[in-house]
Amino acid sequence: MADASAAGAGGIRIANVGHTYRPPRGRPVTALEEVSLEVAENEFLALLGPSGCGKSTLLYLIGGFLPIESGGISVGGTPVAAPGPDRGVVFQHFALFPWKTVRENVLYGLEKQRLPKAEREARAAAFIEMVHLDGFEDSYPSQLSGGMKQRVAIARTLAMDPGTLLMDEPFGALDAQTRSLMHEELLAILKRTAKTVVFVTHDVQEAVLLADRVAVMTARPGRIKTVVDVADVGGAADAIRDPRFVEKVDFLWGQVRDEALAAQKGGAG
Amino acid sequence: MTAALWRYTPLFLIAAAWEGAIRAGLMDSSLLPPFSEVMAALGRLVVDPELYRHAAASLMREVAGFGLAVIVGIALGIVMAWYVPVRILVNPLVRCIYPMPKSALIPVMIMWLGLGHLAKIGLIFLGCLLPVIVSAFNAARGVDTVLIWSAQAAGATRRQILTEIVLPASLPEILAGVRTSLALSFVLLVSSEFLMAREGLGYMIAFLGEGGVYDAMFAAVLLVTGIGFAADRAYLAVARRLLVWRE
Ligand SMILES: Nc1ncnc2c1ncn2[C@@H]1O[C@H](COP(=O)(O)OP(=O)(O)OP(=O)(O)O)[C@@H](O)[C@H]1O
Ligand SMILES: [Mg+2]
Repeated sequence: MADASAAGAGGIRIANVGHTYRPPRGRPVTALEEVSLEVAENEFLALLGPSGCGKSTLLYLIGGFLPIESGGISVGGTPVAAPGPDRGVVFQHFALFPWKTVRENVLYGLEKQRLPKAEREARAAAFIEMVHLDGFEDSYPSQLSGGMKQRVAIARTLAMDPGTLLMDEPFGALDAQTRSLMHEELLAILKRTAKTVVFVTHDVQEAVLLADRVAVMTARPGRIKTVVDVADVGGAADAIRDPRFVEKVDFLWGQVRDEALAAQKGGAG
Repeated sequence: MTAALWRYTPLFLIAAAWEGAIRAGLMDSSLLPPFSEVMAALGRLVVDPELYRHAAASLMREVAGFGLAVIVGIALGIVMAWYVPVRILVNPLVRCIYPMPKSALIPVMIMWLGLGHLAKIGLIFLGCLLPVIVSAFNAARGVDTVLIWSAQAAGATRRQILTEIVLPASLPEILAGVRTSLALSFVLLVSSEFLMAREGLGYMIAFLGEGGVYDAMFAAVLLVTGIGFAADRAYLAVARRLLVWRE
């Protein structure tokens, strides 16, 4: 796929970005510090790092949901200023509209895109089927399991066909079988319509399997610790037995574990 | 059906005790006519066209005052939560007026709006407005930010976010505030009609009481109670409909 060093016009460019949360009560928390990262156009980047290191925060910044306080982010050559349908997001906690049915949730963004009604309906149906939720079109989120909600969130975002996909642990609530099916579906979609992807996960195998490159973040305040090229391994379900695959997974595991330990030590302070 | 009847057993017991106490001479029937007589008076009342003239006047005031309060209150509460200048302007007013006993406004309303419909509508409107504003404001402020982000990422405009996201997300809390207002609206309606009216159910109760027609007066009180109860039940049914998505 795309070459990492040449972040194309459609890629994501993150330069020296920091972010500090300032809750109305309580002391400020520096979540990110001096994060620099480039994701090439149509590249799949997985983001690993210990809990609380700022992965979601980085995704929110790329999404344009949080103000960029220091440094700069551009997507497709345009500085990020606000959220937009060019960047589809799958939120960690799904963020489904509880008063809308599964179908209505998936349709919401399509309506905003002003697609013709017949096409909206067809597209919603196709993506609901893709995540194996046909039969649940008229259910409300409160009637679904966590994994089912997560699949609705994935269908909703993918149906909008954004050029950039920001996914925050999108398969975290799924069982191993469903997760593996979703991996195949996602890779198939990316093969059909190329996208730039930033994919947050805790699962090192999943990262190596899906991604072109894997970035590991340090414990809070999050920085980029290492970036590993894994484009030559993974991509197929049987890749996990490839010794080169195992080697990369082991290496990344070590990196993440070091940071998780650091996070535990620093977590008290 | 039988379950519903069982649920209201305490009411039947009270009616029986009421009747029994007077029959046994434990209570003066000039202070409280026996239940059976009140029921008979109720029977006469419901076929009396006068009742419907009073009821129509009350209904008009109730619907106008309460309806306006709900619409204005929801809009104002949400806008206050969303636009800082509006909040700065309106919030202090809300805070001052909220704890005020609204019946204290009755004389003011008479002075400003006279003895007609307008004074009652104004009173009900003001009284009911506050709980609706407060619930809509709190609900709108509590809307999960990620839902708003989600709509923004889909390409929703600011106005669409208010009407398509903030309003439905706030609905459960708003509906609870509106229910409080509904009960309050009846209190304000009837008490304002006691003091300043020539028609209306509250006026009718006062009029019958002053004329010494106690059985009819109690019948009218029971009727108003029944209407309030039915309105609350109907409201709950509508609210449950609107919130089917909650489990
Ligand atoms: N709204 C907020 N207000 C204050 N602090 C926050 C807020 N959101 C996140 N933080 C802090 O910022 C840090 C980074 O949070 P973030 O959610 O980005 O972590 P994460 O890497 O996504 O973690 P996880 O893997 O558990 O999802 C955390 O330590 C958290 O305490
Ligand atoms: Mg997170």
